[in-house]
Amino acid sequence: MYSLIYDGTFEGLLTAVFEIYDRKLLHVKLIKGEWRSSALFEEVLQIITDENRANRVLKGLCKKLSAAGLQRLYIAHMAEMANEESAIVGFIRYVFDTDQNVEEDYGNKYVMRISEIIKMVRREKHRMEAFVRFQKLKDETFYSAVEPDFNVLPLLIRHFKNRYTDQKWIIYDIKRGYGLYYDLHDIQYISLDFSEVNNPTNVITAFSDDESIYQHLWKNYFTSVNIVSRKNTRLHLRHIPKRYWKHLTEKI
Amino acid sequence: MDAERITEKLNILADAAKYDVSCASSGSKRKNENKGLGNASNGICHSYTEDGRCVSLLKILLTNHCIFDCAYCVSRKNNDIKRAAFTVQEVVDLTINFYRRNYIEGLFLSSGIFKDADYTMERLVRVAKKLRTEHNFNGYIHLKSIPGASDELMREAGLYADRLSVNLEMPTEAGLKLLAPDKNRQDMINPMSFLKKEIIQRTEEKKLFKNAPMFAPAGQSTQVIIGATPESDQQVLQSANYFYKNFNLKRVYYSGYVPVLIDKRLPALNTAVPMVRENRLYQADWLMRFYGFHVNEIVNQQQPLLDLDIDPKLGWAIRNMQAFPVDINKADLQMILRVPGIGLLSAQKIVSARKFAKLSWEQLKKIGVAINRARYFIICKSNEFERRDLTGNNIKQFILAESKSKYIKNTQTQLNLF
Repeated sequence: MYSLIYDGTFEGLLTAVFEIYDRKLLHVKLIKGEWRSSALFEEVLQIITDENRANRVLKGLCKKLSAAGLQRLYIAHMAEMANEESAIVGFIRYVFDTDQNVEEDYGNKYVMRISEIIKMVRREKHRMEAFVRFQKLKDETFYSAVEPDFNVLPLLIRHFKNRYTDQKWIIYDIKRGYGLYYDLHDIQYISLDFSEVNNPTNVITAFSDDESIYQHLWKNYFTSVNIVSRKNTRLHLRHIPKRYWKHLTEKI
Repeated sequence: MDAERITEKLNILADAAKYDVSCASSGSKRKNENKGLGNASNGICHSYTEDGRCVSLLKILLTNHCIFDCAYCVSRKNNDIKRAAFTVQEVVDLTINFYRRNYIEGLFLSSGIFKDADYTMERLVRVAKKLRTEHNFNGYIHLKSIPGASDELMREAGLYADRLSVNLEMPTEAGLKLLAPDKNRQDMINPMSFLKKEIIQRTEEKKLFKNAPMFAPAGQSTQVIIGATPESDQQVLQSANYFYKNFNLKRVYYSGYVPVLIDKRLPALNTAVPMVRENRLYQADWLMRFYGFHVNEIVNQQQPLLDLDIDPKLGWAIRNMQAFPVDINKADLQMILRVPGIGLLSAQKIVSARKFAKLSWEQLKKIGVAINRARYFIICKSNEFERRDLTGNNIKQFILAESKSKYIKNTQTQLNLF
């Protein structure tokens, strides 16, 4: 068993695949992170991301997969789901080791696992499209903080850019410490320093004057549309799990 | 803005609108043009109420003043409640400000009938027009068509709205006569057939001229209240089928009657909302629209009521044991779709995956098949399969015994009048 340590990038992963084939490794485990010499009983290989090698693997994948299939693979990796590297590497190896396109071979465990990962990522992306709650700031920027389970911000760009073209907005992933900023023209990745902003008085004075009115109206609306005699807490929780509540205006 | 007054109006007029169950915001394809606000495509549920229903649209009445006296409706003329009315501008402001904060996909505007049908419809259209033309709003708009409104107004409504709907209210004409003596089924059907013709014609035009205006791109829908009148499921579903077939409806909604009023024609106030029955009707509706079932296969003279204990697909299967077992690795998609425990996506995955290799139980489970139900009806790459000669009833008992129904067992059967 070989442990391959890589830097967490997609190029790094593809370089690792190159090494696997180059060295004819059979049993491997891919680990994201720093070199640690603590592994006593296995052989450890540090992967140094190499663009040329990554590109060769990518080219090979392009020949074997459809464009959509390749995109799915990329999304599955970008989601940064813990310990899913082996499924992704397993999938890539299965793709290379079979003559035909195996994207839809759901009987294969790697193909099925990628399909499950994609399903989870898509659901999280969809949840973010639903659960983002903008708050209007004094400078007319609409700000929203989120904490998605997976790294889905890049997948949100298209949706929010198409929808909100005439207002400035920020969607900030607190968990991962970066955000999207739309300045009426383009989207940029940003990171914010919260040491100043976190001061509660700063937060409230930053809001536009009508912000609290609309938050109040929205909360009222949310209560008014509920039909008490149909109460169904289980269903409610299935749709909005509690971990999302703290960023939902109507549930605070 | 008088925040307090608006809050009060919103509370009254959202509360009055909540019995309209439709909250769909899908099926349109309105793009955001000229750097405007919003778009409408696949539909998003932005929140969920504590009863588990989706909140996708700002669903309100323009007013709950009404000249009609329909027995089932909270806003009926003779009901002693607080009345309120929004101005056109108030609705526009609420919609825009909620939309900008990503609370909603758009607006669902309905209204009590004040004065007459055209007067009311004209106001609804004015809200939509203002949103589209003055605010460059491209989010979703669902307008209620007021029964009896003129063709001219309906045409204008279609130009601004994504979806239009007329509520049939009761599944049958007799039910309507009983509970809504002021209303007339023909008045509801007229705008429906007008819209159907108009939508077909406009779609043709759109094919020829790319920049022809969109007309109600998300089509029309309707709602029937169930459990307020004694119709059987057969009558409900056949009526739904009739409207799907003849009016190209996108959706029929089934709204379990929530007892809010005392009236000797209605179920008593303490009657439970028929939620299980409502759920079974939706399942049956899905079978008709996506699974290739004919309405008579689901309910008929021998089986006028849906079985509340099991879903209608399982119901069909145990009445038609001669059609099983189905060989998962050979049967065509249409037949796989009929197996209890296999949904649309699983069926498609099965058909894709079996091209590579025959599938076994393990793989079917991974794909998402509910094996505990499907196993009585299929064979796959395995020596293990149901060998006993079970009757449909045996199977039903086995499945019920091992399933934890999300509904408490033996709730009310059909409605309990009086």
